[in-house]
Formats: sequence, structure tokens, C-alpha cells
Amino acid sequence: MSPTAGAGNVPGVRIVVCVKHVPDIQSDRALGADGRLVRDGGDGTINEVDENAVEAAVVLAEQVGEAEVVVVTVGPDDAEDAARRALQLGADAAVHVLDDDVAGSDAFGTAAVLAAAVRRLGADVPVDLVVTGMAGLDGLTSLVPGALAALLDLPQLTLAADVALADGEITVRRDLDHATEVLSAPLPALVSVSDRANEPRYPNFQRIMAARKKPVETLTLADLGVDPATVGAAGARTAVVEAAPRPPRTDRVLVSDDGQAGARLAAWLVERDLVRPAAPPTGEVL
Amino acid sequence: MSTVLVLLDHADTGALRGSVLELATVARDLAGDGGAVHGLWVGDEPLDPALPVLGRHGVSVVHAATTGAADPRLTPVLAEVLVDAVTASGATVLLALSTFENKEAVARFAVATGAGVVTDAAAVERDAEGRVVAAKTVLAGTWTTRCAVLTDPAVVLVKAGAVPAREVDADAPALPAVSAREVAVSERATRARVVERTAEEPTDRPDLAAADTVVVGGRGTEGDFTALEALADVLGAAVGATRVATDEGWIGHEAQIGQTGVTVSPRLYIGAGVSGAVHHRGGMQASGTVVAINSDPEAPVFEIADYGIVGDLFVVLPQLTEALRAR
Ligand SMILES: Cc1cc2nc3c(=O)[nH]c(=O)nc-3n(C[C@H](O)[C@H](O)[C@H](O)COP(=O)(O)OP(=O)(O)OC[C@H]3O[C@@H](n4cnc5c(N)ncnc54)[C@H](O)[C@@H]3O)c2cc1C
Repeated sequence: MSPTAGAGNVPGVRIVVCVKHVPDIQSDRALGADGRLVRDGGDGTINEVDENAVEAAVVLAEQVGEAEVVVVTVGPDDAEDAARRALQLGADAAVHVLDDDVAGSDAFGTAAVLAAAVRRLGADVPVDLVVTGMAGLDGLTSLVPGALAALLDLPQLTLAADVALADGEITVRRDLDHATEVLSAPLPALVSVSDRANEPRYPNFQRIMAARKKPVETLTLADLGVDPATVGAAGARTAVVEAAPRPPRTDRVLVSDDGQAGARLAAWLVERDLVRPAAPPTGEVL
Repeated sequence: MSTVLVLLDHADTGALRGSVLELATVARDLAGDGGAVHGLWVGDEPLDPALPVLGRHGVSVVHAATTGAADPRLTPVLAEVLVDAVTASGATVLLALSTFENKEAVARFAVATGAGVVTDAAAVERDAEGRVVAAKTVLAGTWTTRCAVLTDPAVVLVKAGAVPAREVDADAPALPAVSAREVAVSERATRARVVERTAEEPTDRPDLAAADTVVVGGRGTEGDFTALEALADVLGAAVGATRVATDEGWIGHEAQIGQTGVTVSPRLYIGAGVSGAVHHRGGMQASGTVVAINSDPEAPVFEIADYGIVGDLFVVLPQLTEALRAR
């Protein structure tokens, strides 16, 4: 890779990675009366697949040699933990957008704030690549990467299971429900990665110590020139009107196989009318 | 009373995805009396074979969009077609299947139009004020929410199997009128290009996301899916897998169920040799009846199973299949 691989006229490549702070998937997560996630602090973590995004960025940076990886996160105080984690995983610097008016943002509000942060970073030194995880594993909407690419006017290569950078071109392989594709685009570009893209490294003691010295810049909406009315709950285009935990499953059966469990399960399924004559494939008609 | 536009997803062969007909049914309910359901067909694949079935499901107009040299499978291209079609049809609601590609396309559509979006909807209706409200499960299927879309147009991506597809109540439903449109796609939509594309092999099994019954294998199969396949044959089921099974290459990646794979909510889910990791549960917890077969009585999958068998899948599955076959 030549030192002028990036789209900017500075040597090397500048990569921005967007990470989200979410409640730990292993914890008991809940929604409040306002339909928002209850964030009682403590058991939050970086959105898991965002670790794959950081890893992809750091690996590309290592390959290029001369490169900088900057992390951006948007969220309340403890969202800084997600940025810190990304620094431990090898990112060089972080930006935390912290503003009460961000609360309640939908995917488009979040994307608008991220876009403003990337633009601000790009005003100093051009950004060649934006990397995100494929989805927030809490809400699973997957809308942010596409919205962010549109707002930043970047080509988008999403759901990457494999990322490669060569001669100013980024190439990804992605597995869709009904096809596998290879996409390619010139830098600057946006890539979203899946959990198949890599195995995130483990932050060892040395990395944790090194991360402590890395800068985290805190910015507000005003710093970014974002009108608070366009983001947060004020700017949200959807509203949760009702939220309830799914009722627990009742009348559950747990048996140990005594040699006849398979046959008894068959009877149980038939009794509940869960066995239908094999229907024609519903994937396609005609 | 309004126009609802349905994206007519089809395979590379031109075969309509069956679940699109469910969307047409949802669309009719949303359009209301005097409203209209329009379809949007994107691409050069032959549309004619699909017209009768669309007519029977209440679609009155199909906008057939081509994009010249631009590949409509690129989601930014599709997004521009959506903007064009929503404008042309005057639709106030856009419905599409909840796939990764459609999520991407509507994200861009929403940036262009200001539309609000709900993805992964299991049901859609209008509330008393006429707003579009969609139900979806979140937090790995443990919570159910209802989300109102506050914008016009409103976009809802609907999961396969949300409603049974219903034909219109008419002796001779009319064929939809076809309105051909050539959309001039901007340069920016094609800056990422498809270098290579391999369509999946067609199978005789139902589509995983849409199937009524799903049979799922995990690491416990040790790569031997024959007992699962035999059960799936008897049940007319789709075959799914955990990430471990797809990563091992025992079955294709498109079979992965979970947070980073396909979300399923069949009437019946049967998991064998699946531990029930939270990432997997996120993609199946909203299933109707959950059956689990696992040799480890401590496996977390038993926490959410309606019927759990502690046993060896290589013993239990063949016996189950045999008993069902003998009925
Ligand atoms: C970011 C991220 C995203 C992920 N996304 C997904 C996802 O979308 N989908 C997904 O599935 N996983 C996903 N995973 C992986 C997930 O965490 C688990 O590792 C995975 O689901 C476990 O698969 P398994 O149940 O096949 O294997 P294991 O957890 O190893 O379980 C195998 C089970 O088989 C049982 N068994 C063994 N032999 C037999 C036998 N003869 N008869 C009966 N039972 C037997 C064992 O008791 C065990 O419970 C993700 C992980 C991460 C970090």
C-alpha cells in the first residue's frame, strides 16, 4: 500500500469507527414506560459487533502502516466506556458526543449526529473510511449504516464478512439471505461489518494501559452545529406507544429420554395440531 | 383511504417471493375502503407471470421500474427507485419485506424523504388517529413493542409470516395495470459496484424466514444433518442452524438463525444439539412452540423450551421422524 492510499492528501489512511454503548446482551434488559431502554448503568457494554468493526479498522490500519483510527460514540455518560473499549482494542483516539438532547434519537437522529461528528473530524484531516457494525444488537434495525452513508454521500459496502483495501479501493464480501456478493468502491467509503469479518482481539494488560493515555474528546450538539430539534426524541420519526415483556412460556415440559421420548414428542405435536401435511415451498410462488 | 405501495421482492429468476402476498394483504387493510394497493417491480425480470397472482391479492397497479445500466440490486439504486415510485404512486405508506437489503434501501429512502421507518414488524395496523402502528419484538425477542410512525410517507418492513395472505373476494379479479418507468439513477448510487454475485442454489424447502416449521441443528449434530433433514422432509420444514454450524461449513451461511443471521418466528421451532446461546435466541425467541433436544440438562435452551428432551439427538430425532411418518 502506498503512503498516499487515502483519498485525502495527507499520507496514510484515516478511519473513523462508530461504536454504540448498549446494555449487556447477557443481562436482563428492559424497556421503560417511554419505550426507551432502561439504562441503569453498570451492565452496559460496547455493542458486540462493533468490536468487529474496530478490529477491521485496526487490521486495515496495520496493513497500511501509516494510518489513524478514530472512534466516535454517541450516548450518555457511560457511553464513554464503549469508546474506551475501542481504544483498548487498538483505536488511536475517540470522540464522545454527549448531550441530553440526543436522548430518544431514532436511527436517523443517531445517523445525523454521527455524520456531523465525522464531518467535523474530516474538516481537520480528510476521512477515508467510515466503519460501523452491521446492526445494534439491541434494536437490530440496521438502518444507521445506510443512513450515515447517505448523509455523508459515501458509497456503502455493508454487511462485510471480509474486508480488503488495495490501491485506494475497498472490497468486501457479503452473505445475503439469497446470494453472496463481492462489492468494490473507491475511497472514501463506508463499510459495515458482520461478526464473520474477524475475531476481535482481546485487550491484554499492555493494551489496557496504552489506552489510558489515548485522548477522548467530548463534544456537544452545539459543537457539531446540530440543531437539537432535529435529533433526540424531538426529531424522532417513530414513537414507541406500548412496550411489554413477552409473557413467560407456561405449561412447559422437560423430560429425560427413557427410550420413548421421540415417539411421545410426536404424539404431543400431533395433539397440538403442530404437524401439518408438508406444504409446498412458500419461498417463491408461480 | 390511501395508496399503499408494496415492494415486490423477487428472486433473480423473476419468481415472486411468496411473503410479498402477505404484504399485499396487510396493504389492503391499511389502504382501507376506497384506498389502493400498488406494487413496485424493480428490474428486468419478466413481470407478466406474476400479474395474475398479484391481481388476486388486490394489487391494482404495478409500477415496473428499470434503471438502465445501473444494477438495481445495489441498495442505493433501489433507494432512488423507491423515491421515484412513492412520488409517482402518491403512496403514503411503503411496505417491504424485512431483509438486510431492504433495510439498507429504506434507510437511504428515509434520508431522502424524511420518512420514519419501523423494521422487523410482526403486525401493522392503523390506530384511532389513522397513524400506521407496527408491532415488533425487541431485546432478543423478550419484549413486544408497538411503534407509531409519525411521518408521511410511513415505511414499515414486515417479517415474513406476519399474516396469512388472503385473496380478494371477487370472481374475476382484474389484472393489475402496468406502469413502466425508467428511473434515471444518479452517479452516486453506483459508486460501489457488484464485482461478483452468486445466487443461492434453489431448494425444495420453504424459505427459512417464512417457514411455518423450522428444524435447527447446532454443534451437537457434529456436522451430520441427515436426521434433521429427514425430520424436515416429514414436516415440510425449513432447515436452520446456529452460527457454529454455519461457521464449520456444515450448512450454508443463509441458514444461520440469530442476531446476526435470520430472524424466524415459525409456529414450531425444533432445535437439536443447540445450546440456546443468547445470540441464537435473539433470532427465534418469538417462535410459537419451541422444542429442544439436548444431551445437557443444564443447556440454556431448556429455559425457553415448551417441550424439552434431555437426550441424544441421534436417537430422539429418528424416532420422532419415524413416529410422524407412521401416522
Ligand atoms: C457478535 C456475535 C453474534 C453471534 N450471532 C449468532 C447468531 O446469529 N446465531 C447463532 O446461532 N449464534 C451466534 N453467535 C454465537 C453464539 O454465541 C453461540 O456460540 C452459538 O449459538 C452456539 O451454537 P451451538 O448451540 O450450535 O453450539 P454450542 O453452544 O456448543 O452447543 C452445542 C449443544 O449441543 C449439545 N449436544 C452435543 N451433542 C449432542 C447430542 N448428541 N444430542 C443432543 N445434544 C447434543 C450440547 O449439550 C450443547 O448444548 C454469535 C456470537 C457473537 C459473539
